[in-house]
Amino acid sequence: MDSSRLWLLRPFGERSTLIFLGVLLAAMTLVTLLHVALAPGHPLYVNAYTVNLFGKYLSYALLAVAVDLVWGYLGILSLGHGAFFALGGYAMGMYLMRQIGERGVYGHPVLPDFMVFLNWDSLPWYWLGFDMAWFAFLMVLLVPGVLALVFGFLAFRSRVTGVYLSIITQALTFALMLAFFRNEMGFGGSDGLTDFREILGFNLRSSETRLGLFLASGVALALGYVLCRAIVTSKLGRVCVATRDAEARTRFLGYRVERFQLFVFVVSAMLAGLAGALYVPQVGIINPSEFSPLFSIEIVLWVALGGRATLYGAVIGALLVNYAKTYFTGAMPDAWLFALGGLFVVVTVFLPKGVAGLLALRLRQRRDDGGSLSGKEASA
Amino acid sequence: MSILRSLAQRDRVFDFLVPAASPVDVRHGPILYLEDVTVSFDGFKAINDLSLTIDDGELRCIIGPNGAGKTTMMDIITGKTRPDSGQVWFGSRHDLLTMNEPEIASLGIGRKFQKPTVFEALTVFENLELAMAADKRILPTLTARMNGEIRDRIDEVLEVIGLKALRGRPAGILSHGQKQWLEIGMLLMQRPRLLLVDEPVAGMTEQEMERTAELLTGLAGKQSVVVVEHDMGFVRSIARKVTVLHQGSVLAEGSMDQVSSDPRVVEVYLGAEAEEETV
Ligand SMILES: Nc1ncnc2c1ncn2[C@@H]1O[C@H](COP(=O)(O)OP(=O)(O)O)[C@@H](O)[C@H]1O
Ligand SMILES: [Mg+2]
Repeated sequence: MDSSRLWLLRPFGERSTLIFLGVLLAAMTLVTLLHVALAPGHPLYVNAYTVNLFGKYLSYALLAVAVDLVWGYLGILSLGHGAFFALGGYAMGMYLMRQIGERGVYGHPVLPDFMVFLNWDSLPWYWLGFDMAWFAFLMVLLVPGVLALVFGFLAFRSRVTGVYLSIITQALTFALMLAFFRNEMGFGGSDGLTDFREILGFNLRSSETRLGLFLASGVALALGYVLCRAIVTSKLGRVCVATRDAEARTRFLGYRVERFQLFVFVVSAMLAGLAGALYVPQVGIINPSEFSPLFSIEIVLWVALGGRATLYGAVIGALLVNYAKTYFTGAMPDAWLFALGGLFVVVTVFLPKGVAGLLALRLRQRRDDGGSLSGKEASA
Repeated sequence: MSILRSLAQRDRVFDFLVPAASPVDVRHGPILYLEDVTVSFDGFKAINDLSLTIDDGELRCIIGPNGAGKTTMMDIITGKTRPDSGQVWFGSRHDLLTMNEPEIASLGIGRKFQKPTVFEALTVFENLELAMAADKRILPTLTARMNGEIRDRIDEVLEVIGLKALRGRPAGILSHGQKQWLEIGMLLMQRPRLLLVDEPVAGMTEQEMERTAELLTGLAGKQSVVVVEHDMGFVRSIARKVTVLHQGSVLAEGSMDQVSSDPRVVEVYLGAEAEEETV
């Protein structure tokens, strides 16, 4: 086996990763079976709407993993990851827009409706190429990656960290939100991009496509998780933890800390972009509200709730909070923000390590009990 | 051609005396050479015309009252602080004033700071692993694999610093003294030629101090060691050449007995300590 690629396979030797992948695979299989094999009237039937909802949760979970990679392991509290998510979403949205072709309201063969509405006569240069799936999918990773590279290069080189970094990441996403609100930017202004029809030739409104997108989100989450796990269990991951806890000391050991920060930050931004690209076809719209500073803060709350620096905690947090959000906004729309705030207070006060911390504690207690038992047996 | 030339050079340098990791040239004298170094902070001269030489393999103790400039001197050697004037040479080939911190560190100058900083979330073993001399760029670090050679090297250092039994425990649970040893171990992983150790025994128990003195004297010879210390008992127990620093320059130099009978030293340092003790 090629030894230089072995690091990518290391997570498969870990119990926690295998459990995570097993649970994810089981959940995906179960949802698929309940959706496909049961008749719509059956009490356990999972309808297309719910499949779609789960797909959205999974893309959020991938986003949370991306945030945990930089916050949990590198100590960089990014309050702007929504920007990378939205950019990946816009790249996907541009592809989906161009797939509409002449079936738009105005029937223009090339121009999306909003451009016809604005009396534009040709595509802006940055829309070129987005009719090709491979190009658009590349941009899903590249655009957030390049933004993270430039932003991170400037920030880490000047050793901006801590609260200041958090603030400028908020400023970044806020500035992008304002820019994307402008019609002249060419991204549909406040309405964003919507009315999508097809992805790779599949009708976005069909339940098969929705199931496919749900499964694709699950696979992306699995791959993203394994990649992040491979990074954090490598020596590079230990350098990240060292940087998080004692940056000057790490630098003194000869590691160019700012480059490690930049590398991990860019990987994380690309994963966030991928999450956004999976999210957009499932919700059917991308607009500037995804750049909202509040959304970026919310992502961090998911991670905090689930438990920082475990990766699977981020997944648990994203799923729990978003499930709760769906429930509350349906049952008591006004209560959601209070519920979120309350949940956060409860977690910071009673569960400083999040839900994952609680799980780990339980496991350890069980193991300790088991350990002392076998000890007694040995001495008996 | 260049291979031939390097072979010819190898012929003249006694290579076995020089670890491969460090290109320092000590054929023509000391390993560390400071001359007329001056640094001022806002007009206050923290280091004032300081001249000092450390021989290869030497263990040197530097003492001096608080604010004498001991830590600042180490800052200058490691490139953290730039002097206003003077010369600082590592061997006869490397002018440290033209290099930055990482370059100086990679030349083989290791420094232990006053306050121990180990990576508390990582295990003792992992702390040493990160400290090891290795290719520290991103991709080699990402794909780095543990092998027998690295494990042996880490075990060897664990043995020297006496933390073998705690290798798998997080460094956060170590006692203060153990953290200091781990830090020294982290320096040793880089196979330094010169170790700068700032106040290693502050806050240590009597036994830990003894153990540290053994550790440092054991290191001398294999590498040069400069120990800055406040604790006279500890310096006495090491029993090597002592340099007394005062107001940024050398006040006296010699054996512990010599300097402690020097009236100027007694006045500025030992006198103060004696007073403290009698109070
Ligand atoms: N960065 C700095 N800025 C201003 N003054 C400093 C700085 N570093 C050290 N000093 C001053 O220089 C003097 C020497 O300090 P230091 O080298 O830490 O002494 P020592 O380690 O011998 O106790 C002290 O008076 C200290 O206040
Ligand atoms: Mg000091």
